[in-house]
Amino acid sequence: MSRRIIVPFGPQHPVLPEPIHLDLVLQDERVVEAIPSIGYVHRGLETLVAKREFPEYVYIAERTCGICSFIHGMTYCQAVEQVMNLEVPDRALFLRTIWSEYSRMHSHLLWLGLFADALGFENLFMASWKLREFVLDVLEETTGGRVIQGSCKVGGVRRDIPGETLDRMVSDLSCFERDLKELAHVFLRDESIIARTRGVGVLSRDDAYYMGAMGPTARGSGVAIDLRETGYAAYGKMNFRPVVEMDGDCYSRCAVRMKEVIASVDLIRQAAGKIPEGEIEVKPKGNPDGECFSRAEQPRGELVHYIKGDGSRHLVRSRIRTPTLTNLPPLVKMLGGCELADVPVIVLSIDPCIGCMER
Amino acid sequence: MAFFEMAKTAILTTLKRPSTRRYPAVPAKVTPLSRGKVVIDPARCISCGMCMKKCPSGAICVVKDEKTWSIDRLKCVVCNCCVDVCPVHCLTMETGYSPSMTRHQGVEVIPITYVKPERPPRKEPDEKGGQDS
Repeated sequence: MSRRIIVPFGPQHPVLPEPIHLDLVLQDERVVEAIPSIGYVHRGLETLVAKREFPEYVYIAERTCGICSFIHGMTYCQAVEQVMNLEVPDRALFLRTIWSEYSRMHSHLLWLGLFADALGFENLFMASWKLREFVLDVLEETTGGRVIQGSCKVGGVRRDIPGETLDRMVSDLSCFERDLKELAHVFLRDESIIARTRGVGVLSRDDAYYMGAMGPTARGSGVAIDLRETGYAAYGKMNFRPVVEMDGDCYSRCAVRMKEVIASVDLIRQAAGKIPEGEIEVKPKGNPDGECFSRAEQPRGELVHYIKGDGSRHLVRSRIRTPTLTNLPPLVKMLGGCELADVPVIVLSIDPCIGCMER
Repeated sequence: MAFFEMAKTAILTTLKRPSTRRYPAVPAKVTPLSRGKVVIDPARCISCGMCMKKCPSGAICVVKDEKTWSIDRLKCVVCNCCVDVCPVHCLTMETGYSPSMTRHQGVEVIPITYVKPERPPRKEPDEKGGQDS
């Protein structure tokens, strides 16, 4: 038996968009154990809650993550609205749903591109990001920002989408969906992708459930958890079923994300068809006094925002738990027993968002 | 399972025009809502300091005595908060981004030129209590 060696992986690694360090204990080319260490990009965003007034903290909550920023802002606003018993107008809820789905598409397409890049499939990487550009253009046109939308506020949303813009968005989606299906065809059927991902990094259904996997990582292992089913924002009024794959390998997680982008297109169409006319915000009166947990489905899984207020303009405590943190124990499980060459693919398959995790 | 699934897309892409713009020869794409940089109309600013108070990144500083409005472009996160809260709408969001810089050029200080209009002299009430005969 050969002796064990430890190979450091990260925090600076070509395949990692953000810094996380893994100590890979190897025996020959096989990983025996992976020991993660985090804490490279901690920014102390939760402490800032005591220094900014609660309506202004939305801007900071949004900047927790550079990819799913809108959903961070929305979850924080939901928490404050719940504490203050604010009744958000229906139109605002539908607009939040539409922007959430656009940001989910943008996040998944970004990931699909990075995943293709990790496999060495440069052409597919470019094709995914080209489609993502369409989503970013829509976000910029409707909110003013490509990745940091800044359109959510306590009590509603900052700006409305006019009817004709909404109609154009929906009609543009059909062309986008056609391109998306072509992309899905490559991701789901190409021989080289299947050879690199099928049977790699397998996470069983029980492991996924008991280790607290969330989002596409859990759904790729057959656990049908999707917080959109709880009906926050306007999801309760949509016809929606979570996308689930049963195999639990990298291919399944890729397939879940690819199919979710197509499901998001359908959700946007439904939301645009059902959106009512009316106000887009209510003015909050008074200050938040009390505490609340608010949950939402991020592209990577369950996002939890906890806030506590004492009746002043400044909140006392904020706590953010992001899905990447809950997906780390399953990642360590997946890495045990894999080949060293498969480590980048497996690490990317949980869609790690480290800036978001460490806040 | 199939080989060369990407071939069709790849060949079509080579025949089509590039998807990207030849920036800076072709200007960048902007929309009317795009958040580029904050600009101030110093002739309308009343130095109320609301933008300074609400700025989440602390990039704006208003000094009432010196009548200056300053912004640190590297601190500004272009969130549009100051534009939303300005009571006299002297702040606006330009669609073009502020130019990149190779070294910190310091805080941009803009002198406020607003002059408070003089109030028309108050009408002295008549001695008879305003009852004109």
